[in-house]
Amino acid sequence: MRFLFKTHYNQDIDHLKHGGDRFWYGLLLVLVAAAPAALGTFYLGELNLVMIYAIAGVGLMLLVGYTGQVSLGHAAFLAIGAYTHSLLLGAGLPFLLSIVAAVLVSALVGAGVGWIALRMTGIYLAIATLAFAMLTEQTISRAEWLTGGFRGLAVPQASLFGMPLTQGWQHYYVTLTLLVLTLLAALNILRSSTGRAMVAIRDSEISAESVGINLAVYKTFAFALSAGITGLAGALFAHRLGYLSPDAFTFLISLQLLLMVVVGGVGSMRGVIYGALFIGFLPQLLAIARDTLPPRIAQAPGLEPGIFGLILVLVILFEPQGIFGRWLKIKSYFQLFPLYRRATHRRQKTYLRTERLR
Amino acid sequence: MVNFAQGDLMMLGAFVAVTLIGGVGLPWVLGLFLSVLALAVFGYLLDAFVLRRVLGEPQFAIVMLTIGLGFIFRAVAGLVWGYDPQSFPTPYTGKSLRVGEIVVSYENFAILLGTLVLCVVLFLFFRHTRLGIAMQATSQNQLAAYYVGIPVKRVFSLVWAISAGVAAVAGILLAPVSLVQPGMGFIGIKAFAAAVIGGFGSIPGALLGGWIIGIAEQFAGVYLPAGFQEMSAYGILIVALILRPQGLFAQIQRKKV
Repeated sequence: MRFLFKTHYNQDIDHLKHGGDRFWYGLLLVLVAAAPAALGTFYLGELNLVMIYAIAGVGLMLLVGYTGQVSLGHAAFLAIGAYTHSLLLGAGLPFLLSIVAAVLVSALVGAGVGWIALRMTGIYLAIATLAFAMLTEQTISRAEWLTGGFRGLAVPQASLFGMPLTQGWQHYYVTLTLLVLTLLAALNILRSSTGRAMVAIRDSEISAESVGINLAVYKTFAFALSAGITGLAGALFAHRLGYLSPDAFTFLISLQLLLMVVVGGVGSMRGVIYGALFIGFLPQLLAIARDTLPPRIAQAPGLEPGIFGLILVLVILFEPQGIFGRWLKIKSYFQLFPLYRRATHRRQKTYLRTERLR
Repeated sequence: MVNFAQGDLMMLGAFVAVTLIGGVGLPWVLGLFLSVLALAVFGYLLDAFVLRRVLGEPQFAIVMLTIGLGFIFRAVAGLVWGYDPQSFPTPYTGKSLRVGEIVVSYENFAILLGTLVLCVVLFLFFRHTRLGIAMQATSQNQLAAYYVGIPVKRVFSLVWAISAGVAAVAGILLAPVSLVQPGMGFIGIKAFAAAVIGGFGSIPGALLGGWIIGIAEQFAGVYLPAGFQEMSAYGILIVALILRPQGLFAQIQRKKV
């Protein structure tokens, strides 16, 4: 085991606690930055998609994992970000400005949804966000004068600092930079008083309120923040798609985002990355698995959602803390080697009471 | 306990009925009875083997679990029965009831009658039987119900059996009107909206909620531009949640801390 000798108060809130952390994260950054030189176009594109998912996942994790508000409608924010970005880009705004505008518009809508959702908790909130996502999808498909409806909307070519973004590696670096910035911003928010207030709300609304946290302000802020970050992912996703239509932002996408957060591990930023890798490369794994399955099963149109559902069920039944939770368990097994106890990681059970008797 | 897979249980019930009535050739009444029984057993086993494991986990886990189950059911139904819409003959297919000037097809009349009978039976069951009251107690406070000697786990399984059976009845009644296909469970989201608007835990509330949504959809289809019909259910749901988050017929008033 490692014992840290602390000589300064700021060491308590350092992102990288010790030399080992610094080394491994530095190595990871170098590897990721060098990836375009080593990977082919296809895998670079897939990695780009994984990072876009990761940005959206950071947004959703802030809401679900750290503030405890479940959203089944994050595809709507993804859509709002994507459409705002492409429309503004089409209107001649520079790339960076239009991304900022997409983030702001999504955050504004998110604040509105969060404000409406203040009176709801738990399951009602989930249903309300689901209804909001359905409404957004319908609105996008009907507002043909703006979004082109089901005919679709071509995403204009972007250019950054006078250089057109055409190559895969250019998009890759843009996404990588934004992902690193988003992660840093999220982690910094989480170690500030705002982030602690969010975590307090997640753990108990009543105790958070009684130590003077304004629930309405922080919940609305968390929604706006989460929606803004998801909108950023949406703007990048638009370039990945190249052509926007409402059926790119269905309930299945909301579910995929949530699946990512759950599979990665609710309540950890590393979990987001694991979840994004998992979701991003799952279609490839499925494509490989299809070759080995009998054709009647492999060619069934509903197979992919079914597999998603199966994974969701298995994760919730057997490893509710996700990949990150499993990693923590393995790590503490080796750290405490002969003394590891299964009960260390057991969670307290909470028995359900009707939500109206809060 | 909240079930996002309810619509998919309904779809499974309808498919079982398709197999029993259309495939095997059983009489309609017997087929109905057997499908409901099959789904009830399925619901019981589902709870006993899968859902019971998340008892005591946060509610979020249950929501995600039932969503996942719904996707699995849809995929399995697609594999077993295919994606073509199917139906089965009923004794009342194609006939219509004439009352004065009004003509109602028996298919819609059966839905109306079936809903009413189900509601009355369920209402009486939850109000007057020991088991029904035990179920209400369990839904209000699991731990307290356990302390007073209610076998909470078995009660949960029975609740699932009943709800799956009711879903099967809904599916069978709906089958002649909207054909049976794996995606038919999406109507479940609207059923959810109905339950939320009426207030969870209130059967008259669910009935009223369903009625409001149904009427609003029809009116929106006629009087408002295209597209509002699909949106109206969700719009009403959001408005209802803003104005009266506890539902029209709240089961219990909010407790002050």
